[in-house]
Amino acid sequence: MAPIFAPGANLVAKLALLVVGGCLVVVFLIGWIVPSTEWATRVDYPIGQPVPFSHQHHVGELGLDCRFCHTTVERSATAGMPPTHTCMTCHSQLWTNAKVLAPVRASLASGKPLHWNRVNQLPDYVYFNHSIHIAKGVGCVTCHGRLDQMPLTSKQASLRMAWCVDCHRDPRPNLRPREAVFDMAWRRSKDTPSGKALFARYHIRSAAELTDCSVCHR
Amino acid sequence: MTGMGPAVTWWRSLAEQAGDPAYLAQLTSEFPAASASGVPVDRRRMLQLMAASAALTGLSGCGPSQAPEDIVPRVEPLSGEIAGAARYVATAVVQEGYATGAILQHRMGRPVKLEGNPDHPASLGAADATMQAAILDLYDPERSAAVLSAGRVTDWNKLALALASQRQQWLKDGGAGLRILSGRVTSPTLLAQMTALLKQYPAARWHSWEPSSRDNVTAGAMLAFGTPVDTLPQFDKADIVLAIESDAVSSAPGHLAFARAFGVRRRAAETGTGAMSRVYAIEATPTLIGAVADHRFVLRPTEIDLALRSIAAATGAGPAAWRGGEQPAWVGAVARDLVEHRGAALVHAGPEQTPANHALVHAINAALGAPGKTLRYIAPVAVDAGAGIADLVADMSAGKVETLIVLEGNPVYDAPADLGFADALARVALSVQFATHADETARRVTFHVPALHLFETWSDARAFDGTASILQPQIRPLVPGHSASEMLALLLGTPDVTALSLVQDYWRARAAGNFDTEWAGWLRKGIVTNTDADDADVAVRTDFASALPKPQMPGSGLTVLLRADPFLRSGAQANNGWLQELPRPLTRLTWDNAALIAPATAQRLAIADDDVVEIAAGKGVVRLPAMLLPGQAENCLTLSLGYGRTAIGGVGADIGSDVNPLRMSAALWQADDATLRATGDRLVLATTQHHQDMAGRDIVRTGSLDEFLSEHQPSPAAAHERPSLYPQYADTGNAWGMAISLNSCIGCGACTAACQAENNIPVVGREEVMRGRWMHWIRVDRYWGGDAAAPGILFQPVPCMHCEDAPCEVVCPVGATNHDSDGLNVMVYNRCVGTRFCSNNCPYKVRRFNFFGYSGRDKRPSISWNPDVTVRGRGVMEKCTYCIQRIREAKIASDRDDRSIADGEIKTACQQACPTEAIVFGDLNDPKSAVRRRKATPLDYSLLEELNTRPRTTYAARLTNRNPAIVEG
Repeated sequence: MAPIFAPGANLVAKLALLVVGGCLVVVFLIGWIVPSTEWATRVDYPIGQPVPFSHQHHVGELGLDCRFCHTTVERSATAGMPPTHTCMTCHSQLWTNAKVLAPVRASLASGKPLHWNRVNQLPDYVYFNHSIHIAKGVGCVTCHGRLDQMPLTSKQASLRMAWCVDCHRDPRPNLRPREAVFDMAWRRSKDTPSGKALFARYHIRSAAELTDCSVCHR
Repeated sequence: MTGMGPAVTWWRSLAEQAGDPAYLAQLTSEFPAASASGVPVDRRRMLQLMAASAALTGLSGCGPSQAPEDIVPRVEPLSGEIAGAARYVATAVVQEGYATGAILQHRMGRPVKLEGNPDHPASLGAADATMQAAILDLYDPERSAAVLSAGRVTDWNKLALALASQRQQWLKDGGAGLRILSGRVTSPTLLAQMTALLKQYPAARWHSWEPSSRDNVTAGAMLAFGTPVDTLPQFDKADIVLAIESDAVSSAPGHLAFARAFGVRRRAAETGTGAMSRVYAIEATPTLIGAVADHRFVLRPTEIDLALRSIAAATGAGPAAWRGGEQPAWVGAVARDLVEHRGAALVHAGPEQTPANHALVHAINAALGAPGKTLRYIAPVAVDAGAGIADLVADMSAGKVETLIVLEGNPVYDAPADLGFADALARVALSVQFATHADETARRVTFHVPALHLFETWSDARAFDGTASILQPQIRPLVPGHSASEMLALLLGTPDVTALSLVQDYWRARAAGNFDTEWAGWLRKGIVTNTDADDADVAVRTDFASALPKPQMPGSGLTVLLRADPFLRSGAQANNGWLQELPRPLTRLTWDNAALIAPATAQRLAIADDDVVEIAAGKGVVRLPAMLLPGQAENCLTLSLGYGRTAIGGVGADIGSDVNPLRMSAALWQADDATLRATGDRLVLATTQHHQDMAGRDIVRTGSLDEFLSEHQPSPAAAHERPSLYPQYADTGNAWGMAISLNSCIGCGACTAACQAENNIPVVGREEVMRGRWMHWIRVDRYWGGDAAAPGILFQPVPCMHCEDAPCEVVCPVGATNHDSDGLNVMVYNRCVGTRFCSNNCPYKVRRFNFFGYSGRDKRPSISWNPDVTVRGRGVMEKCTYCIQRIREAKIASDRDDRSIADGEIKTACQQACPTEAIVFGDLNDPKSAVRRRKATPLDYSLLEELNTRPRTTYAARLTNRNPAIVEG
């Protein structure tokens, strides 16, 4: 009886194993790497809004403070989105007939709120609190980037857990004096207290405490 | 501690006591019903399933990323609102006419959690289960949302038109054919409207019908004093309490306040803050106060009548003594104890007791010098309508009623059976019912009008002590309903006034200073200042004894005791899943009512648990499953009202059996000479009684007060330091812990309800409860001890123990449950893969598993969930977190302001709701904290201490303050 396998069968089998193994590695790498790409996390992808609001214009050029619109950022978990009323404090006087502002005027007239598209979105099982980060000297720019240079707002950080935990393990490099938290253009200077000094001054909890699961997950 | 071991054998169910082999086998299985699913699994099949689940786990990671969300800011800013933060708005919940102050927590404009109002005399910060559930009622998707006429949708204008034409007639004849039927009313505004209405139509009549009737209480006061009064017990001043089937701590108006004072005195020895009270209970069916009493005497109703007369005679309050054979020895001893504590003794009777018994209680209290010391009398808070439902039905049958307005009631379901309300209703030309659900009555009236929930409209109401509260709307109406005051305004011919203007007009005349300032203050505080009632000056009539009916001698027939359900009461909240699934305190029964029967009687009649029995009394017949209840009087059956609704909604319809057919207008709470017959059918009841037993161990520790006071106490701190292989955690910062006083706990279930509301705990339904899959994070275990005829009863709330050496943590393969720096045993839902190893390894059985997507199946709208707590999906383990969301909120607030967290700043939901302050939570590292003080008692012990899990939750052993002169009870 002729043998079932020809002499080359061993090689074929080995090659086949290699190809299958290689494919598995590739699939694994894709599954591992793709979700962390900027494409998947939508970093730097501007999101369309009912009104093409420009932070560059309002913050960078006009110099509005963040808290003019995001009023609750120092007191609440959410930074707060401005009610239509806030927009209209200026726009009842300025650009009163501008076409792009029609949805804002319609909202005020009809009493129906504007629906903004969320830019920075966390999963529902993550409980982020703005106020504590502000109080402990984490600048807006640290997570949100140079909004004063963004004509259309986009996400600037992956918001993946690894990114959060990086800072919670050692927040010192990302600390700045409280008075500079809202300053878009702030840079560390020679006179700036060190991260270590700020960490102590603001009584920030230890890395062990900051990385407790219950800090963010409830 | 020594000497505090179980004095009697405590057991959890009759099957356990009897050592039933099937029961013992069930004890050894982890999830009893899961293992009995009936599908045999062999090794190969098991491996296939494991491979498939592993593959599917990988696939589930490839799901779509999050759906885009939007942000919807307000158009106009709301003054005082901080986006994302909670707002608190005061109002009140009205239960059977009486107000209890509440504070609603609002998130983004919607109420999500109800708490008691600490400034309100009826709440003092606590909230019972039915109050908690009011918030679920508000969001009930099955609420009536349209005006119905003969079952078809019509509109308000048609009704207004019909009433307008009637009005012309009433103005001519004084409203001779107009009748209004309401429940118990304490609302000053509604009463003012009613007065105006009766003035405008002098021939019209107002009738009232409250299924949870307190008519016997009123009649008793009339007998004793010649004038009606409300009795307010002052448990904080009472050394000796005699409770005659008393509802003082369970459902009486003001029960939360009474329970608070009661709890203080019950744990007085434990906390070293005074003398512990001694409580005697005499009852036919177990009550909450009876369960925690030091002596509990189980008597049939006729025997109660006789015993009370004997006590009255022995205390010098009444002439008649026990004449039914030999008087039990304890009667004299109880009377002596009461007399010896003159001025510090109190007798209280429940609303089901006969008027004669209430009169006797008043006389005994007078003889004991109780008025002004251990109780107060005030003029009745609820206003008498002047006529009852019997007069109304008589007039309806006689054809004298042309127009009937039913204000928030369901008489077709709950009116006494002998009246034949439904048939009489057919003879009324125009009947209008005003109710929250299209219920049994709605189907038989000319017009059904959807009622607004009390959180959606302006109103007012008085509490048990007369204090008035303004009820303010918490949310815009979720359904196009109407309010009671709108309804009356329509009858008065002033259809355009608003509920707000009516309430304001009433109170404007009563403001002492500037109305707007006062009004704002009343709303903010939740009470109208200085509206509580003054003491009524009453004296027992010297001739009252001659007016008492002759007591009946105990017969041999069966007696049916009809009782309002502990949570559903007479059935108005039957569509509430939280209340349906909350285990009844004594029976641990959910989703059903049962005929509660004493074990000895059941044995005599050859009835077993779950046997469907047919009970007939008079012309009424009902069928429902039997349940053996230790501590029930022999030959007495207890049936709960509030079940067997046929029309209310998908949750409450056809749950349990309607026992109203046995209810007669002459004896609302009792039907004598009943017969019982086994039908041969069986219906397995969904109880949480057999689940998760901790068989045979020293779980609940008890001891006597004398022993405790005399014994040399070891120092509790020196106790238990044993070696452990578990990782040791640094003990710095906060160390959260909890102390639960078994002396104060009355088993009411408020903690479970509060936890369910706070922590987004889903309702699982009857079938799943039967499989042992109920989700409550804090359960209240109930143990029986000693003799099944008159057992001791213990309650023990069991939340997660937050062990220092937690057995659940070490077995989790994915690190989903672990220790945090505060020593909490935390649960990370998004990491959990559902192995259930943790539950398997938890000695306390406090972990709950989402076998299905219970939360997703829940029909409540998504806006009603608490946004601070993750809504768990299928396949995820969950358990008590010590309300981690509240801890985190307080920590963030204190860190933000650079201060430490004050003791008492964080209250867990269970602690906040508990009427007796049995639960205390706080920082164990703070030497001055209340929880440290509670744990300092030598009575403090850990559950299953021998396992060395070092729980953060500990218990104070229960003491009994027995009268040495009495052996039984």
